[in-house]
Amino acid sequence: MAECHPVGFQWVAEARRRGAKVIHIDPRFTRTSASADKHIPIRAGSDVVFLGALVNHVLAKELYFRDYVVAYTNASTLVNEDYRDTEALDGLFSGYDPEKGAYSLKSWAYETDGSDDQNRAGSVGEAGPEEHGAMKSDHSAGDQHGSGGPALEHAKVLRDETLQHPRTVFQILKRHYARYTPELVADTCGISVDDFHYVAKAITENSGRDRTTSWVYSVGWTQHTLGAQFIRTSAILQLLLGNMGRPGGGIMALRGHASIQGSTDIPTLYNILPGYLAMPMAGTHDTWEQYLDAIASKEQKGFWANADAYAVSLLKSWWGDTATAENNWCYDYLPRLSGPHGTYQTVMSMLEDEVEGYFLLGQNPAVGSAHGRMQRLGLSHLKWLVVRDLNLIESATFWKDGPEIATGELKTEDIQTEVFFLPPASHVEKAGTFTQTQRLLQWRHKAVAPPGDCQSELEFFYELGRRIRQKLKDSTDPRDRPLLDLTWDYPVDETGEIDPTAVLLEINGVHLTGADAGKPLDTYIDMRADGSTTGGCWIYTGVFGGGVNHAASRVPGREQNEVALDWGWAWPMNRRILYNRASADPDGKPWSERKAYVWWDEASGKWTGDDVPDFPVTTRPDYRPGEGTGGPQGLAGDDPFIMQADGKGWLFTPKGMLDGPLPTHYEPQESPVRNPLYAQQSNPARKVFPRKDNLWAPSAGAPGSEVYPYVFTTYRLTEHHTAGGMSRWLPYLAELQPEFFCEVSPELAAERGLENGGWATLVSARTAIEARVLVTERMTPMTIGGRTIHQIGLPYHWGVGSEALVTGDAANDLLGVALDPNVQIQESKVGSCDIKPGRRPRGEELLRLVAEYQSRSGTTVMTGNELDTTGADATDIDSTGQEH
Amino acid sequence: MGFWKNQLTGPTDPATDAAWDTGKPRKGFFTDTSICIGCKACEVACKEWNAVPEDGLGLLGSSYDNTGALGASTWRHVAFVEQDGDRIATARESGRRLVDLGMPALRATAEAAGGSSDGSGVTDLRGATPTERTAVGQRESTGQPFQDGGSAGVAVAEAEIPDFRWLMSSDVCKHCTHAACLDVCPTGALFRTEFGTVVVQDDVCNGCGYCVAACPFGVIERRPGEDTVKNAGIAQKCTLCYDRIGHDQTPACAQACPTTSIKFGDLAQMQDAARERVDVLHDLGYPEARLYGANENDGVGGTGSVFLLLDEPEVYGLPPDPRVTTAALPDMFRKAGFAAVAMLGLAAASFVGGRRR
Amino acid sequence: MDVKRTLLSWPVVRQVATGDLLGRGPAVTSRQTRELAPRTSTADRVVQSVCPYCAVGCGQRVFVKDERVVQIEGDPDSPISRGRLCPKGSASEQLVNSPGRQTKVRYRRPGGTEWEDLDRDTAVDLIAERFIESRRRGWQDHDENGRPLRRTMAIASLGGATLDNEENYLIKKLFTAAGAIQIENQARI
Repeated sequence: MAECHPVGFQWVAEARRRGAKVIHIDPRFTRTSASADKHIPIRAGSDVVFLGALVNHVLAKELYFRDYVVAYTNASTLVNEDYRDTEALDGLFSGYDPEKGAYSLKSWAYETDGSDDQNRAGSVGEAGPEEHGAMKSDHSAGDQHGSGGPALEHAKVLRDETLQHPRTVFQILKRHYARYTPELVADTCGISVDDFHYVAKAITENSGRDRTTSWVYSVGWTQHTLGAQFIRTSAILQLLLGNMGRPGGGIMALRGHASIQGSTDIPTLYNILPGYLAMPMAGTHDTWEQYLDAIASKEQKGFWANADAYAVSLLKSWWGDTATAENNWCYDYLPRLSGPHGTYQTVMSMLEDEVEGYFLLGQNPAVGSAHGRMQRLGLSHLKWLVVRDLNLIESATFWKDGPEIATGELKTEDIQTEVFFLPPASHVEKAGTFTQTQRLLQWRHKAVAPPGDCQSELEFFYELGRRIRQKLKDSTDPRDRPLLDLTWDYPVDETGEIDPTAVLLEINGVHLTGADAGKPLDTYIDMRADGSTTGGCWIYTGVFGGGVNHAASRVPGREQNEVALDWGWAWPMNRRILYNRASADPDGKPWSERKAYVWWDEASGKWTGDDVPDFPVTTRPDYRPGEGTGGPQGLAGDDPFIMQADGKGWLFTPKGMLDGPLPTHYEPQESPVRNPLYAQQSNPARKVFPRKDNLWAPSAGAPGSEVYPYVFTTYRLTEHHTAGGMSRWLPYLAELQPEFFCEVSPELAAERGLENGGWATLVSARTAIEARVLVTERMTPMTIGGRTIHQIGLPYHWGVGSEALVTGDAANDLLGVALDPNVQIQESKVGSCDIKPGRRPRGEELLRLVAEYQSRSGTTVMTGNELDTTGADATDIDSTGQEH
Repeated sequence: MGFWKNQLTGPTDPATDAAWDTGKPRKGFFTDTSICIGCKACEVACKEWNAVPEDGLGLLGSSYDNTGALGASTWRHVAFVEQDGDRIATARESGRRLVDLGMPALRATAEAAGGSSDGSGVTDLRGATPTERTAVGQRESTGQPFQDGGSAGVAVAEAEIPDFRWLMSSDVCKHCTHAACLDVCPTGALFRTEFGTVVVQDDVCNGCGYCVAACPFGVIERRPGEDTVKNAGIAQKCTLCYDRIGHDQTPACAQACPTTSIKFGDLAQMQDAARERVDVLHDLGYPEARLYGANENDGVGGTGSVFLLLDEPEVYGLPPDPRVTTAALPDMFRKAGFAAVAMLGLAAASFVGGRRR
Repeated sequence: MDVKRTLLSWPVVRQVATGDLLGRGPAVTSRQTRELAPRTSTADRVVQSVCPYCAVGCGQRVFVKDERVVQIEGDPDSPISRGRLCPKGSASEQLVNSPGRQTKVRYRRPGGTEWEDLDRDTAVDLIAERFIESRRRGWQDHDENGRPLRRTMAIASLGGATLDNEENYLIKKLFTAAGAIQIENQARI
C-alpha cells in the first residue's frame, strides 16, 4: 500500500502511530513492509492455505465473534444433502463435470423446508458454447454481482442457531479447513509457525465488540487462477471475526486506476451493463421474461428484488420514447453474449482475423497485458486500430519498433494494420467524475482547454456516434435501429462540446411522468419498472438528488467529522461503509461505544449514526417479515447484508462462485510445488487455452520442471504507473526508476552467478527477456516441502519501443494466459522461469533460445492444461514433489 | 567583537546577523526518517515547483535509489539503506551509547572517557557517532553546553531486533546557521533570507564555484549542461521554496509528503518536535533514534534542516562531523583588521557588476 | 533615471544602509529576489481536480495562468489526501505540459513505415466509416441454434479505467447499441 497507494497509506501510518499493528504479507519486502510492524514473506499463490489456516484457527479455538456470526452470517444455514466437500473428493466439490471442466452448482444449494423442492440453484453462469480455443469451463458470471449476491429463488432456508447440525455451514466450514494447520502453512507458504501465530494472535485480539481488523489487498490477490477465492477466504475470516460493516473493519480493495471502480460500475466490460445488471446471454436470456427471472426473484430479500425497475430505467435512458412496454423496453436491441468475451479471448479472436477494428483507450496491452507477444501479434492482424493516449505508447508503435520486428516475426511493410493515433484531453482539460477505490465519486472541474487535436473521450465518442448515426440515417436495416433510436441528443456548450453534467444527469435518472416529471431521481427506490423513470446506472442514482451535483460537494475535511459525508458522493446513496447495519448488534445498539457507527434510535424510530444507514431506515431491529415476503420488506431487522438474497453474510456461497462454494487451496497454473492437500493440483474450473503459442512449464516436479526452476512474480513500483504510459514519458518519474530490473536474493544470485547491477536473462515457456539485477535481502528463499524455492521479483512498467524516455523488456511478456473462471482475470502474479547471467540474445537467436528451453523441458500443448488431476498417476506428477 | 563573535561559528540567529529586522522566526525542516516510506514525492514535487531539470536516466544498482546524491539538479534525495539484523544491532548499540551519554548521571563517565579528537559533530548528543563521543566529552569539558540533549532515556524493554529493515531518508540542503557557501560567495548571489535560510539568486550568481568547495555537506553544485538548460553553469540548491514561504505557503516537498515525514515550520518548533519524537521512539524501545543537525554548538552552529535518523549519519550518506569551512576566518579577520571587511564589500560589488545577463 | 535610487541600490551603500555589513542579507538581494512571488499566488484561477493516477482519489488544485496550467499540487481540503500527493501525483503538471506529449493526430497507413499527418475531422470520419464496415462484416443475427445474438464480433475496445464515468457511459452505450460486445478495460487485469 505504501508502494502503490502512498497517500492512502498516510491513514495506515496514522493508525500505527495510535497503536494499530500493521502486518504486511507479501512475497517480497516492499516499502509497505518497511513501514509495518512485521513483514511476512509468503510463497506466491499459496494464500488460501494461509488464510484457511487462520479460519481453522479461529474455529478450532472458538475465537469467532459468536453473536455476530449467528445473527448476521449464514453459519447456521443448512446445506442440502447432496453436497460433497473437497475433503471427500480429493480436491473436487460435488457437481464437477470433467468434460466441461466446470461445476453444476446445484448440489451446493441451501436445504429448503420442503414446501418448495424446485430449488433451481445454478441458473447463473451456465456454460455457453466454446469460443476461440477457450476450453471447457466457459462460464463468466461471478462479477455480475458486484453490488451484491446472486439471485436465489427465495429466502426460505433452514437454520440451526446452535450451529451443531452437521450440515450447517458452520460445521461444513470446520471440516473443510480442518487440515489447514500452522504446520501446513509453514511447509506450503514458507511462513513459520511462530509468524503464523503472530498474525493469528494479532487479528483475534483485535476483533470483537471493541476492536476491528481490516484486510487490504490489491492485484496480488486477484491475479491468480483462483483469485476470487483468495478474497472469499478473507471474507470468511472477516465475517467470523465480526469485522464486516463496521468502522475499521472490512476488506479494502486498493485499485490501481483513477476510475477503475467507476469503469466497473458503469462498465466498459463485456459481461455487465451499468449497475452490475447482467449482459444478456444467448440461451438463458433469450426473452425479456427470462432475463427478468434470471437477474432477480421478487421473492428474494433485499434491494436486488427490484432489479426489473433498474433494468427498465436503463433501457428508457438509452432508447427513450422508443422503449415501451409493448416492445419490452427495447430489450431485443441488446446484443447477446455466448460465453466469455474477455480481453484475452478477444486477442485470440484477433489472431483468427475475426476482430477487424480495435479501440485502445488509455490502455497499453503490448506492455500491460499478460503474454505481450500474443497481444502484439494480435494487433498486427487488425484491419484498423484506434489508439487514444497521451503519449505514443508501445501499443501504437508496435508496427515499427516492437520486439517481434527485432526477432523477424513481423515486418513493418507486411503489417496491414491501419493505425489512427488520436490524442486525448488530460484530466484537467475536461470535467467529469472519477469513482475512486471506496466508491466515492468526485467531480473534476475543467481547468483549461485541451491543446492541439486533443479532445476528451466524451467529445470523441459523442462525435463518433453522431457521425455513425448520420451515415446510417437512411438505413432500413433492422440491425441499425438500436443505433438510430439511441438517445444521443446531448446539450453542447458554447464551444460545441458536449456537457458532461447532462450525461451525469442521465446516469442519475429522472422522473418521466407525474408532478415530478423532468426532475432528477433522489434515490433508486424511486425507480419504476413501468417506464415512468429513467436511470443509466441505478447505483449512481442520487448523485444528482435534489438537482444538485453531489459529486462536486467540497466541504473541507477539517470542517467535517471523519466520515466526511459532504465531500464527494459515494454510491449507493452516499454510504461510506457498506452493510453498516452490522455495526450495531441485533437489537440495534452499537456493539461497543468505541465502535459505535450506525444504530437504531428508538425515540425517532429510525436508524441513525455517523454514516447514511445502509438499511431500510424505519425497519425496526425486531421486525420479522411475514412468510414469503420478498424485496426490501423481506429483510428482517437483523438482516444487515441487504443485497444478499437471504440478508446474511455468506461464509458458504450456495451460488455465484463457479469454482466452489468454499475457497480451497490449489497450486498456480505453473508451480514447482505439488498440492500438499489434494491430488487435484490446480483449480479444476480455471480457464486454460491449450495453444502452441501459450505453452507452460511442467509443474510439481514433473519431468522438465527443473528447466524452469524458479518462481517469478510481477508488480508495480511507486515511481511508475502500470504499463508506463503516464510515467515513462515524464522526466521526473522516468529518472527515478529508469531501467527494468529483477530482484533476487543473495542466495539465488550466488546459485546462478548473478551480480548486483549486472544483467540477467529470464526465460519462461513463452519467451525470454533481460533485466538489470538487484541483489537484495528483501527477497527471501523459502523451504517448501523440504526444497528451497527461490522467488524473483519483476516490476512490469517497461516496454520495448522508441518513444518513451525509458524503455526495457516487458515483464508481462514472460506470462502465459490462464484465467480465473469467475472473473476471467489472468494469473500474472506467479509463473515459472529460469534465470542466468548476461543479456538475452538478439534477433532470431532469441526465438532459438526459447525453443531450446521448451524442447529441453518437453512441454507440449497439453502440459499444465489437464483440468482434473484427481486421477493423475505418479508419472505426471511426482507425489513427493521432488525433481527428477 | 560582540557582533562578530557569532558570525561564523556558534549559536546565533543568522537572519538577525544578516541585518534582517522583519522579526520573522527562523524556518526549517524536520525530516523524520522513521516514518518515511521512500515514495520520492519530495523529489518530484521539488523539481516540479522549481523547474529543476532531469538528472540522469541510469540505474545505480543501489537499492531503489537512482538519484544518488544532492546536486545542482537534485535538491531532495531519498536514500535507501538495506540492513540485516547485525547492522541493526550495531545501530542500536551506538544509539544506546548516545542515550547513555545524554543522561546526566552518565555524562561524567563520558567526559572521563573523553579522548583527544577535536570532532564537533553536527549530530546532537544522541546523534553523535562513536568516534565523536570522545569529542562530546571534550566539548562538555570546555564549557560548550549541549542544547538539545535527550531527556527521556531508554525504555525498560527494547523493541525486538528484526532480521532486516529498509531505511529511507530524504536529504536536503541543511540551511546551516553558519553557511560556508554564503560566507565565501564573492558576488552576493548567495544570501541569508529573512527566514534564516540560504538561497542562491540565479540572476546574481556568476558561476565562480567557490561555494561548491565550501559546502561541508556537498550540497551545492554548479548545474552542468548547455545554454538551453535552465540556469546552466550557475550554483543551484534547495531554496527552501523561498518564493512559497514568503507567501505563507509550505515548501513543495513538505506539502506533498504523504506521511508528514517532512515537516516544515518555525525551526524552534521543528527542533522541539524532533526531540519529542526521539523521546517517543526511545520510549517505544528504539534507542537507535537520534537527531542530526539540532545542536547549535555543532560544527555549523546547527542546521535549518533537522533530521531524525535511525543509524549513524554515514549510513545515510551524511557526513558525521561537518564543520563550516570558514570557521577559521575570524582569526584572519582579527589579523587583517576591519579594512578587510571593506575589501570584501568592494570585491562583492565588483562581482555584482559582472552578474549574468 | 532616478540617480538617488540607483545610488541607494549600490551594494556597498545598501550594506551600510541596511546594517548588513557582511553583505549576506537584504543588502545583496536583487530586484528579482525582492519581487519574487510564487506562481500559486499569481495564478489567474485555481481549479479543484482529482489526481489521474491510482484510485485513492487525492484532491488536486490546478493553478492556471494565461490559460495554461502552471502548477498542480495537493488540495488541503480533501479529507482523503489532506493536501498530499505521491511522486506520480506530484508529476501531474508534467503529465499535462510534457514536451513529449502528443497533441496531433498521427496516422499510419497499412504497410506504412512512418507516421503521417491527418486532420482530426478526417480521422474521425474515417473511423466512423471503418466502424460501419467492420460492424457489418462481423455481424451475427443468430447462433447455431437460431437464438438471437444481434451483435458484431469484428469490433473490440480496451480501456476505460483512466476515464470519467460519463465517458465510460457513452462508450458502453454506443458500443452496445452498435452490437459490439468485446468491450473491456483494466478491471480485467
